[in-house]
Amino acid sequence: MIRIEEHPILGKPDERKEVAFTCDGKTLTGFEGEPIAAALKAAGIMIHRYTKRQHKPRGIFCAIGRCTDCVMVVDGIPNVRTCVTSLKEGMDVRTQYGVSARAWTGEEESNDKI
Amino acid sequence: MIRYDLIIIGAGPSGLSAAIEAAKRGLKVIVFDENAKPGGQLFKQIHKFFGSKEHKAKIRGFKIGEDLLKEASDCSVNVMLDAVVTGLYLDKEVTVKTGAGIRHYKADAIIVATGASENMVTFEGWTLPGVIGAGAAQTMMNLYHIKPGNKILMLGSGNVGLVVSFQLMQAGCELTALVDAAPKVGGYGVHASKIARCGVPFYLSHTIIKAEGEQYVNGVTIGEVDSSWKVIPGTEKHFDVDTICLAVGLSPMSQLLKMAGCKMRDTPGGFVPKCDKNGATSIPGIFAAGDVSGIEEASSAMIEGRISGVATAEYLGFISKDEAEASIKKLEKALFSLRQGMFAPENRGKAIEKTEEGINVSASLLKNGFVEASEIERFPGFTKQKGLHPVIECTQNIPCNPCQEACPKNYIKIGEKITSLPTLNEAGECSGCGMCVASCSGQAIFLVDEDYGPGYASVTIPYEFHPLPAAGEDGRALDRSGKEICTAKVIDVKSKKAFDHTHLLTMRVPAEMAVKARFFCRQEGENE
Repeated sequence: MIRIEEHPILGKPDERKEVAFTCDGKTLTGFEGEPIAAALKAAGIMIHRYTKRQHKPRGIFCAIGRCTDCVMVVDGIPNVRTCVTSLKEGMDVRTQYGVSARAWTGEEESNDKI
Repeated sequence: MIRYDLIIIGAGPSGLSAAIEAAKRGLKVIVFDENAKPGGQLFKQIHKFFGSKEHKAKIRGFKIGEDLLKEASDCSVNVMLDAVVTGLYLDKEVTVKTGAGIRHYKADAIIVATGASENMVTFEGWTLPGVIGAGAAQTMMNLYHIKPGNKILMLGSGNVGLVVSFQLMQAGCELTALVDAAPKVGGYGVHASKIARCGVPFYLSHTIIKAEGEQYVNGVTIGEVDSSWKVIPGTEKHFDVDTICLAVGLSPMSQLLKMAGCKMRDTPGGFVPKCDKNGATSIPGIFAAGDVSGIEEASSAMIEGRISGVATAEYLGFISKDEAEASIKKLEKALFSLRQGMFAPENRGKAIEKTEEGINVSASLLKNGFVEASEIERFPGFTKQKGLHPVIECTQNIPCNPCQEACPKNYIKIGEKITSLPTLNEAGECSGCGMCVASCSGQAIFLVDEDYGPGYASVTIPYEFHPLPAAGEDGRALDRSGKEICTAKVIDVKSKKAFDHTHLLTMRVPAEMAVKARFFCRQEGENE
């Protein structure tokens, strides 16, 4: 279990409202107001995006909105820093490929040479 | 253009402290912070702070943060959140981005309290998901109740690496190893000892060769380095981990000061502004406070903030020079006492071989994270005597004295100089109340009764893990290295409000283990 149910110092987390959202079309749940990245982490999702040229996976790195490794396409807007963006009911979160939500087709390889 | 007397950039410990002092003296102040919540990193600090009472010692960081926010709100400090200061220009004009718009603000004085950002280190696979910063780990577990991983390797043995390692274990993660390329543990020995006695191996003079995995981390290879930091072939070690946590130092976020044209200094601790003792930079009316002017810790950042707040009030003519000096003098004294001891700024990078008392430091502590049984006896807090008594395993001169203050019998003595090693007053006695155990921020005090019935001894340890063992439970006692040494029975567990979540677990062990047993491991499961 990735969520800490009871912490020796912090106790139990405050009651929070559970909300549904989708990641790449799959319905998941998280808590309203927590960072999108936290909800994804709790759902076991590690990869937030693939880099534009080399198609390398990236995930949470700094968790404070500085490194931009965790950016995804949220409600159609790319480059949203999921570690500092609050989760809302019904959000449409997608893995980001380069700067779009369109998965690689295999024809982008020329990108490597740019 | 919106005008203020004072603009403060950053609502962390130093920025808020500066705002409080300035607002109290009548300045119209605004604080900008890019985050959604004020307090900077304080709310991620769940350990008890060091220092003395005036530094809020033995209070947990997030509680200090709550108190600071309350003080700021009582002084009607105006904090604008989600507000990124994007530029600091001539005539103390700043541009602030909120939402999609940018606004201009202007003031007669500016305090830059932007803090620091984490350093990174690169190795093969370092960009894989699962490689995270220590700050990220703290953010996930202490703010959002999410475990950063299940099996974790920590790189970095400075105070951040040590403190976060312990917090990871408190969050229920397994800490596989603690690694540092340096030959010696960089942070406080007491922080290292807390981790070592739980059985976490320390690999000093080791570095990460490779993070393994295609899509995310599923292992790590480390190797030993020689004196020129090159990996020695044949020393590679592999661990199955899902997370690699990096705690390799902090760098001041001083870009705004440089942009404003302040004179800067390139130091081993980062690029920092040239400041006088009150934080005044080379540009009149621009001040710097906290980590942006040199990495220290939250306790000193708060004092520096207060000093710069007072100095600004004087600069703008809200108070007289005498008034300012009187306030600053008091604050400087508090700051001075925090900057003493083995970890004082001027001792950075120095090899210290003896304590202030002239005792040889523990070599094992610096190499393995724990003091060997053969070494501990030479430190003044370690005694053997009849009846229940405290055993204080505090072996480095660090600025901290809550134990002295906690003892209602005045049995524990540190004296005026708060970096001195604690000793026991000869005439004193121990009531067994355990306040010293709970108030030691380094969890380095134990209550020992070497004669707890025939053939047995009792050892009381500080315990901050969940679930809490119950009286009557059988388990095993671990020594300072985390090695299992004997069976142990829990005979008492004390939890009091005054202990502030540090439970006092008393275990019964064979008499000869009284000098060794320092942690309790529950029977079920290795990693509980």
